[in-house]
Amino acid sequence: MLRLQGVSAGYGSFQALFDISLEVKAGEAVAVIGPNGAGKTTLLRVISRLIEPRAGEMTMEGKRLNAVPAHEVIGHGIAHVPENRRLFPRLSVEDNLRMGAFTPAARARFDERLAAVYRHFPRMQERRRQPAGTLSGGEQQMCAIGRALMSGPKLLLLDEPSAGLAPVVVQATFEVIRQMRAEGYTVLIVEQNIRQVLKVAERAYLLETGRIKLHGSSAELLASEAIRKAYLGL
Amino acid sequence: MTPWVSRVGLPWVGLAALALVPLSGMGNYPLHLAIMCLLWGFVYTGWALMGRLGMVSLGHGAFLGIGAYGVVMGWNHFGLSPWLGLPIALALTALVAFLIGWPCFRFRIVGHYFALVTLALSEVVRMIIVALRDQTGGSLGATPNTALAEQAWSLGALQFSSKVVWFYIVLTMWLAGLWVWTRVDRSMARLALEAIAHEEEAAASVGIHVTRLKLRVTLISALMTCVGGVLYAQYQLYVNPETVSGIGISLQMVFGAIAGGMYVRLGPTVGAVFTLLLAEVLRLALGHDIHGLDTTIYGLLLVLFIIFMPKGILGAAIEGWQRARRPVAAPATG
Amino acid sequence: MDIFDVFLLEAVVNGVLLGGILALLALGLNLIFGVIDVVWICYAELIMIGMYAVYYLHVVYGWPLWLAFAGGVALVSILGAALHQYVIRPVLAAEPINQLLVTGGVLFLLQGVATLAFGVEFKNLGVRLPTLEVGEMFVSFARLIAFLAALAGMIGVYLFLKRSYLGTAIRAISQDREIMPLMGVNPNRIFLITSALGGGLAGLAACLLVLQYDIHPAIGLSFGPIAFLVCVLGGLGNMIGGFIAAFIFAQFISVGGYFFHLEWGYVIAFLFFIAVMFWKPRGLFGAKS
Repeated sequence: MLRLQGVSAGYGSFQALFDISLEVKAGEAVAVIGPNGAGKTTLLRVISRLIEPRAGEMTMEGKRLNAVPAHEVIGHGIAHVPENRRLFPRLSVEDNLRMGAFTPAARARFDERLAAVYRHFPRMQERRRQPAGTLSGGEQQMCAIGRALMSGPKLLLLDEPSAGLAPVVVQATFEVIRQMRAEGYTVLIVEQNIRQVLKVAERAYLLETGRIKLHGSSAELLASEAIRKAYLGL
Repeated sequence: MTPWVSRVGLPWVGLAALALVPLSGMGNYPLHLAIMCLLWGFVYTGWALMGRLGMVSLGHGAFLGIGAYGVVMGWNHFGLSPWLGLPIALALTALVAFLIGWPCFRFRIVGHYFALVTLALSEVVRMIIVALRDQTGGSLGATPNTALAEQAWSLGALQFSSKVVWFYIVLTMWLAGLWVWTRVDRSMARLALEAIAHEEEAAASVGIHVTRLKLRVTLISALMTCVGGVLYAQYQLYVNPETVSGIGISLQMVFGAIAGGMYVRLGPTVGAVFTLLLAEVLRLALGHDIHGLDTTIYGLLLVLFIIFMPKGILGAAIEGWQRARRPVAAPATG
Repeated sequence: MDIFDVFLLEAVVNGVLLGGILALLALGLNLIFGVIDVVWICYAELIMIGMYAVYYLHVVYGWPLWLAFAGGVALVSILGAALHQYVIRPVLAAEPINQLLVTGGVLFLLQGVATLAFGVEFKNLGVRLPTLEVGEMFVSFARLIAFLAALAGMIGVYLFLKRSYLGTAIRAISQDREIMPLMGVNPNRIFLITSALGGGLAGLAACLLVLQYDIHPAIGLSFGPIAFLVCVLGGLGNMIGGFIAAFIFAQFISVGGYFFHLEWGYVIAFLFFIAVMFWKPRGLFGAKS
């Protein structure tokens, strides 16, 4: 579904990604793991076209993404849940969800999708008139994911869903992600919490200082020496 | 040309040329233009002291007005020589500058807010002048009582009928203004203030006393403007609330300084020359009847300047000059 | 003592009516600043152009008044969008103060163009509206209409912002501009729409002002500064704060002008403003965060 080949990107004179090639097939859950500053967030931002790729090709279902304006990416079926949720703090929960359905295609199906989101996240329905900034961390994460779902995406990009959340909440969040998988959503997750994410994803890429160092099935990576020593403290 | 000649020699040659201007036999009107260039150059330079450090004031008309009306009212109503009116006007200016500056800097009012608060200030002064119409003559303006009925000059009344005398007075003040600029530029205060302009919290955390420094520059700037107002009133022998106070003249000051280049010492003066030349060229080319064309072109040029030449004429010229002299940089490796 | 009370009451009522117009002015400015983060220093001049537009459409071309109003609103709306696209957009990446200053250049430009095109004689719409007698007070009908129209305009804007997709997007972009593309929103399109809306509000203000005042290229200078003060007083970018501040400020002008000479009303109001700045520099109700 999503394919990156030889993608490089950066900010100004600083290059953050070097020659990235990865693939996400329909129905899969793929993880990108790695330490802070590795370029994981940059990777998602390139896919969303918030940043220009300097080299390489990006395609979604065969259609080339490189020159697509950022606000049209969602029209290709890609929904991005940004790092730190990035809800609109003074907008109500429901208005946040409404923003997720801004495109005309999504607006037509607003009511049914809203009902679906409320079914998945009953707490969102309870708090729907509250300003999103007053929600707890875990609730915000739910709201952010719900907002992304409002556009009826084929591919969900999740940027560090566990960031800043208490362990119990992290568990609940990954449970939600598992549910999404079960419903057929394709997911690309960028994460620092390796244990949790490798339980949900089938395949993973290890990103270090802008390059892909390892790639394989979750089981393989969990078993590999490199991962165990550097990241799992074993 | 050796560096000595081009850097040290040129300014002195220029200064000598300037000093000889009135003796060149030019008529009264060109001499008047020259005086206006230097006078407004002085005023714009005063404004730019603050502007270049990020404190964009839209209210300097207030200080100009206090200076101009201060001496005229003192002379007309109290027989107070402008030599005494001047310190009074300066004191009042300092007070107002402090009253506005202290809370603004203390509470970190910057950017848009500061600009709009100062805008209010200039309007307050203008409205007070108009409201006090019995004393000030209101919108019709005021003229200092003449001391030149029987003589060509009066030191006590600070009135001179000879434009040559005024030229040298204004030239001296203009040079003094440039000296003030250089002093502020070279002091530690300038470096500190540039740090503040970019990252106020960080500067404060390193112990730079932000409020005090900002106030100091504001005071200098305001006082210079006040002096400019005094000179203007004594030279023109006519003041009017629209021309010496209010938002109109305040904006003109800002744009004059920016058009010339407010980061460079001679920039504001270039801006003054540019503005005056523009008005003159239009007047000559189109005659007196076309109201509004000069304002239109002025506005259009300002928009274009800010979009394409934010460093002003002189600033852009200097940058171009520096770029032309620098050797081509080696391509970056890696 | 009775007559004294009635005149005072009349001043208060007139203050409320004036407050309505000031609130409308503040709304437009706060909208632009709250969403795009730019102050249109030339806002009053846009209104001035709108007033001329209504005048020419109605008096010179003979359009019916309501149509001339519609034309005025449409024209200033387009001007607002054009202002953003051609003047502000190029400097959006530069220092914020440059954005304010570039609109200052437009201020001079509009004044100059108006002088060239329309001359310096005062023009009047020539529409005489009656003065109403309410009890023992005299209330200008024009002022009353202006107040009601301003109120209607503000309610309209409120509903638009709260209930429509575009309005929600406008509120959203002021809270987080960077992620708007992720929602499928083109930020520049929203800025253009907001600018058109701000221009439209200015056009509405023009229609209301042209009923009461003569037109002259420089009239912008007489109510422009007041509009800015009201915004800053209420907290720049705070639409509700500006609304309330407008009425407070108008009361100072009206009642102050009642107790002293008319101009002193303005002076007192300005001094009140400076006093508030001393005490609460971020405005009575705080700026947008």
